[in-house]
Amino acid sequence: MTQPLFYVSPEQQIKDRAEFARAGIARGRSALVLRYADGIVFVAENRSQTLHKVAEIYDRIGFAAVGRYNEFDNLRIAGIRHADVRGYTYDRRDVTGRMLANAYAQVLGTIFSTVTEKPYEVELAVAEVGATAAQDQIYRLTFDGSVADETEFCVMGGSAEAVTAALRENYDPAHRLGRALSLAIEALSADNDGQSPAVEALEVAVLDRTRRLPRKFRRLTADGITEALATPVKKPRARAKA
Amino acid sequence: MTTDFLLPQTQRTPLGELLPERTSSFTEFLARSQPGLLPAAGRANVPAQELSPQATTIVAVTTATGVVLAGDRRATMGSMIAQRDIHKVFAADEYSAIGIAGSAGLAVDLVKLFRVELEHYEKIEGSPLSLDGKANRLAAMIRGNLGLALQGFVVIPLFVGWDTEISCGRIFSYDATGGCYEETGYHSVGSGSLFARGALKKLYRPDFTMTKGVTACIQALFDAADDDSATGGPDLARQIFPVVITVDAQGVDVLAEADVAKITNQVVASRQRRPGGPEAKL
Repeated sequence: MTQPLFYVSPEQQIKDRAEFARAGIARGRSALVLRYADGIVFVAENRSQTLHKVAEIYDRIGFAAVGRYNEFDNLRIAGIRHADVRGYTYDRRDVTGRMLANAYAQVLGTIFSTVTEKPYEVELAVAEVGATAAQDQIYRLTFDGSVADETEFCVMGGSAEAVTAALRENYDPAHRLGRALSLAIEALSADNDGQSPAVEALEVAVLDRTRRLPRKFRRLTADGITEALATPVKKPRARAKA
Repeated sequence: MTTDFLLPQTQRTPLGELLPERTSSFTEFLARSQPGLLPAAGRANVPAQELSPQATTIVAVTTATGVVLAGDRRATMGSMIAQRDIHKVFAADEYSAIGIAGSAGLAVDLVKLFRVELEHYEKIEGSPLSLDGKANRLAAMIRGNLGLALQGFVVIPLFVGWDTEISCGRIFSYDATGGCYEETGYHSVGSGSLFARGALKKLYRPDFTMTKGVTACIQALFDAADDDSATGGPDLARQIFPVVITVDAQGVDVLAEADVAKITNQVVASRQRRPGGPEAKL
C-alpha cells in the first residue's frame, strides 16, 4: 500500500464518510416502524413484491431497512443467523431485540470507522413486540453504528424529517392497525410530492402480539392492507404510558 | 456467544467467509461456524440403553382433509419407566409435524435442530421449503446420525405434513441410514409399531374425518400399549393422555388435552366391553 500524499484530519475523514453515507440513504424511499394497539407495524414504500425492505428475524423481532439493498440484506441474514444460533444454544426467550440492536451497532460502527472500507449506506430499525404494549421496543440504527431507542415510532430514509413531522401530528400508540396504517400512508406523501403511495407500492408487515402462534411476524398483502384500512376506526384508548 | 459472524467483510472477521458460500441451511451454517453445538458431535462406548431413555410408539394416519400424528407418553430405560409424560410429537413448523422414536436425548435435540432448520430457511429465503424439501432435509439429518446409530443410538422419526401445492396430507417414514419413504394412508414407528400398524390396517378408511382419524390413532396406541411393555397406555389415574397433532389446510394444531381425553375415555369405555378393540367386518 502506498503512503497517502496528503494529510487528512480524522474529523474531515469522518465528516466525508458520513456525508457519503447520508447521500446514499437519501436516494431511497422512506420506511416507517410504528407502535399500534396490538403490536408494531412496518410500512415501507417498495415497488418490488419480492425484494423486501421489511423482514422477520425471530419470534417477536422484525427488521426494516432503507438504503443499499445488498448491504442491508447481508445484515438481515447475519441477524437471522445470530438470533437462530442464540435461540438454539440457550432458549428462544433469550433472543431479544436489544441484543440484536447491539450486534448491528457493533457491525455498523466497525465498518464506519474502518478506513479501508466504504461505510454502509443503510439505516435500520429493529423492533420487538412484547407481551404488553409497555414492553414493545423499537431501536433505530444509523450507518455509523449509533443506536436510538424510539418510544413510539421511527422513520428512516431521505425525507425522514418531513415524514416524522407529518406523522407526529395525529399519531397515538393506542391506535388500531387501520388508523395507524392510514396515518403512515398519509405521512409517506411527504416523501412523494404530496401524493400518497398506492397500496400496491407498499410493503407492510406487523408484529401482532395477539397472534396465537409463537411467530408474531405477518406480512399484509395488498388485499390485507385494504381490508385493514377499511375496518371502522374506533376511538383510541387512553394514551399508554411509555 | 460471540457476534463475530455479524462483523463486516474485513481480513480478520468471518462475515467475509460467510458471504461467498451463502447457505439457507441452519445446520450447514452451524456445522461451519460452531460445530460443537450440533447434536451427535461426540462418540460413546457404553451400551446405548444405559445412557438415554428410549422413546417408543408413534402413529400417523391421513384423513380426507389432512393428517393426524400421535404418540404415547412413555420413555423407558431397560425395564424401567424413565418418564411417564414425555412428549414425542411436535409441530415442526406451521404446516408439518414430527414424531420421534428411539434414543430420547438425541431425538429431542434432532427435533429442536429440525425446527430451527425449517424456520431458518423460510426466513432467509422468504418462502417455506416444499413438503418434499422438508422431508429430504430430515433424511440428511438422520443420515448424519448414522455413526451413533451404529452404536445403538438410533433415532427414527415419522414426519407428516400438509402439502400446500397438491392440497393433501402426507406421511414420510425413515430408517436409521437416512432412507426416506413416503407412506400411503397410515404408518407407525417405534417398539409398539408392529401392533399399532396391525390395528391401523384394520381401522383405516381413506375417507376418515379428522375426529375418526384421531380416534383410529388412539385405538392403535391402545393396542400398542396392550402388547408392548415399552409403550404407555392412557393413564386415567394421572390423567396422562397421548399427544395428538393434526395438520390440514389451516395449518398445524396440537389438540387440547380435554379433546384428547374425551376421545380416549370413549376408547377406554369401548375396550371395557370388547378388550380387543372395534370389530373388523369379514
